[in-house]
Amino acid sequence: MTQPRGVLHRMRAAFLLLLLSTSLFAQAIDPLPFKSHAEEVRFQELTRQLRCLVCQNENLADSNADLARDLRHEVFQLMQSGRSDEEIKQYLVDRYSKFVLYDPPVERSTLLLWFGPLLILLTGAGVVIATVRKRTRNNPVPASANNGANDEGDDW
Amino acid sequence: MTPELGQLALILALLLALAQGVLPLIGAWRGNRALMAVARPAAAGQAVFVALAFGVLSWAFLHFDFSVRYVADNSNLALPWYYRLAAVWGAHEGSLLLWIFILNVWTVALAALSRNLPEVFISRVLGVLGLVAVGFLAFILFTSNPFERLLPMPPDGGDLNPVLQDPGMTFHPPVLYMGYVGFSVAFAFSIAALLGGELEQAWVRWARPWTNVAWGFLSAGIVAGSWWAYAELGWGGWWFWDPVENASFMPWLVGAALIHAQAVTEKRGSLRAWTILLSIFAFSLSLLGTFLVRSGVLTSVHAFASDPRRGLFILCFLAVVVGGSLLLYALRAPKVAGGKPFRVISRETAILIGNLMLTVAAAMVLLGTLFPLIGDALNLGKISVGPPYFGFLFTLLMMPVVLLLPFGPYLRWGSKGETTLLKQVLWRAGLAAVACAIAAAFVTGWQMKAIAGTAAAVWCGVGTLLYVIKRWREMPAGRRYPAEMAGMLLAHFGVGVFLAGVLLTEALSVERDVRMAPGQSQSIGGYDFRFDGVHVTEGPNWHGDQGVVTVSRNGREIAVMHPQKRTYTRGQVQTESAIDPGVTRDLYVALGEPMDRKDPEGAWALRLYHKPFVRWIWAGGLLMMLGGFFSAADRRFRTQRVAATEPVAAAVTQESRA
Amino acid sequence: MSRLIPFFGFLLLVALFGFGIWWNTQHDQREVPSPLINKPAPAYALPKLDDPAQTVSRASMLGKPYLINVFASWCIACGEEHPILMSEAQRIGVPLIGYNYKDEPDDAKAWLARHGNPYSLIIADREGRTAIDFGVYGAPESFLVDAKGVIRYKRIGPLTPEVIEKELKPAIAVLAKEAP
Repeated sequence: MTQPRGVLHRMRAAFLLLLLSTSLFAQAIDPLPFKSHAEEVRFQELTRQLRCLVCQNENLADSNADLARDLRHEVFQLMQSGRSDEEIKQYLVDRYSKFVLYDPPVERSTLLLWFGPLLILLTGAGVVIATVRKRTRNNPVPASANNGANDEGDDW
Repeated sequence: MTPELGQLALILALLLALAQGVLPLIGAWRGNRALMAVARPAAAGQAVFVALAFGVLSWAFLHFDFSVRYVADNSNLALPWYYRLAAVWGAHEGSLLLWIFILNVWTVALAALSRNLPEVFISRVLGVLGLVAVGFLAFILFTSNPFERLLPMPPDGGDLNPVLQDPGMTFHPPVLYMGYVGFSVAFAFSIAALLGGELEQAWVRWARPWTNVAWGFLSAGIVAGSWWAYAELGWGGWWFWDPVENASFMPWLVGAALIHAQAVTEKRGSLRAWTILLSIFAFSLSLLGTFLVRSGVLTSVHAFASDPRRGLFILCFLAVVVGGSLLLYALRAPKVAGGKPFRVISRETAILIGNLMLTVAAAMVLLGTLFPLIGDALNLGKISVGPPYFGFLFTLLMMPVVLLLPFGPYLRWGSKGETTLLKQVLWRAGLAAVACAIAAAFVTGWQMKAIAGTAAAVWCGVGTLLYVIKRWREMPAGRRYPAEMAGMLLAHFGVGVFLAGVLLTEALSVERDVRMAPGQSQSIGGYDFRFDGVHVTEGPNWHGDQGVVTVSRNGREIAVMHPQKRTYTRGQVQTESAIDPGVTRDLYVALGEPMDRKDPEGAWALRLYHKPFVRWIWAGGLLMMLGGFFSAADRRFRTQRVAATEPVAAAVTQESRA
Repeated sequence: MSRLIPFFGFLLLVALFGFGIWWNTQHDQREVPSPLINKPAPAYALPKLDDPAQTVSRASMLGKPYLINVFASWCIACGEEHPILMSEAQRIGVPLIGYNYKDEPDDAKAWLARHGNPYSLIIADREGRTAIDFGVYGAPESFLVDAKGVIRYKRIGPLTPEVIEKELKPAIAVLAKEAP
């Protein structure tokens, strides 16, 4: 797969790029005729959530790849034709698969991803609660312990 | 011949590392003082040879020795000397050498500053560090030799990636590695404690300053990386949740949990097993980062050239070091919860909750980073996990931490102390936060992130300041802020500054891609950017176009900015943004392409940013770094033999085998 | 026992990383499987490279299977793939349709004149607009389309003799069996 590579992948392909740069490098800096600032902000936010397929760890907004520019323009056109963000995402997913979504939808294949942290949190919270209860129940704290007296030393 | 000298030095270093890793451990086990005494000289000798190898590689870069493949790949005749020097760690082999060199720096520092520690204990610590060095030296010698020859010698070399040709390259990697590798010390302390059993429970006090310093360096390294990405990539972003960034962030999160857990263990004797486990986690995540960056199992913008052989080597090393440590933990960790009791409302509980959230956040980052791989393994299809996922969950997980943070200093160890004080903080900091949030709401036009950012920042900042004031009023001069406390206050205040930076930048930044002809102006964020055309310019190893953008506010000129578009020796194109920094805002201009390639005198594409408070992000990180350094400087940590007989440590010793 | 939980968790991680190393020796990380497999090819209508007045469309191609090969004169891997196409085009059993992707027609023609033309027909997508419908993200790519206009197989990257033997020919054989 020869393809325009991202700005950061040049080290290995330095020589190759000499040949590629003219026809393949577009610019991420890409003024588009937005109707309003709100529309521009919406475009920026949307393209930041979409992954460039060529230079795989960049989003569409930041990528210099030629394909990224084409897709930015496509997104822009779709916005002009009144499609919602969800419709535009679906449009790209239909063509390039869910891989383009930096914000993976909650579905069967991503249950672990989205609810795994919650599971870990609940387990951890259980351990913390058990620890605190055990330590408070078995060991009544003397009422006078550690209050103010040695505030300046080790025990502040 | 010189490069072979470097390789020879590495081989000798490996032999010394073996001696350092094996003999003192046997000595400590057998009670053989002669074997234990090997640790320090072996560590010093190893450091000398690694430094020699490092010097040889630097020399090869400075003298254009393209017969060394690594030099030929990463530099050329036109590359200025300072970037040739930075190129030493510009790619996999050399950065690995840097890793080892920094491990030696830490080891030698520890060997020098630990004269007061029991010999058996320090022998074990140095032995463990020696074993870590063995792994890495074997790794570099067997899979990634930086001194490999390239014959016949090419007349000129390739190039250092232009992205890396930046002042950031000179300090970001060394500082970051100081942090990463620094956790090896806390790790070695823990392993030594596990090996030694009940005898050396005072180890936590000895480990604390080292952990704090390592964490401080890691904070600084991450800040440097973030700032560099912001300045260099032309995207104006400061964090991308890229796998490699996450690889440095996970140890940072666990390290933050660890320095708090260590405080509990040292002062109260509680959470002993947890502190040991966290030390293992922190260093394991550093190793894991090394694995992720160098094995190529994940795509990343920063990853080194990947090679499955290298991946396999680090994986085996990781399996032995981490697997062995966790097994040792399972067998030897203190079984009974010891330490002084505490109530529900106590500093212990607050730190426990903070630890929980930080650890879960690290686990979340790990899960998100590895999920594409899990997707491949479970045949779930290619899945991308990016900033929306991490940002959302991280914010949720950090909310309790932010809410608890101002109470930290007020909460007493063990008992609930004076709850009236806590209520006071709640009211004062809370009121300040609400008042400022309302003000922010009107100023920013009800931007949720800006309101939340202001509230959170004021909550943390004012909460911390209230404690500063309380100490100032109540304590006599000279005893107000012990270094350890001052560090804590600095770091906590830094969290507030950081929060303000992040959320205000996110909420208020304006970014525009514009087409500008010379003489045209664009206005964003109340600033007028006038484009004054582009001229040709030249550097030591690049030529390029330089735009001139004059910025004015209310008709008064405040900055002339020079964004560049450079073409380097080997044809690589690199955008060099122009930044006008400020306390309350950055102005940022990146130069694109001429709208019509044939007419460079005409209109150009430019990207303009107005980024309010972006510098607060790094200022907050640097305050956290200072916090780590300050705490470590506390007098209490200057090790003395009497430390082991202090009451807390003694209580711990008694309980450990109860 | 609970003390062993971190250890077992870590073993899972090691297994995952071991898998990752193996997986990456077998797969290109940049390869993103197309969601269009076994779905109707997008309704394209593109001019011929050598005669832009004539248009080729999905409808006009219905009735027999064909292989679309995305190429461009600027694409280096296409140059590597080209000799294989030159020798295999006649042997794969379906017509080979060239899809000239984001190229100057003159550049493409010169390139074909220099390296030879293995294609029975070449369509040109100068803007790359239709390529988005096909989910093209790099050249070369190849799509096997059946008689009903359904995409049955996609190759991302150059067709090599090995890929042709192990993947493409079996896929074509399946199509041949389906034919009435």
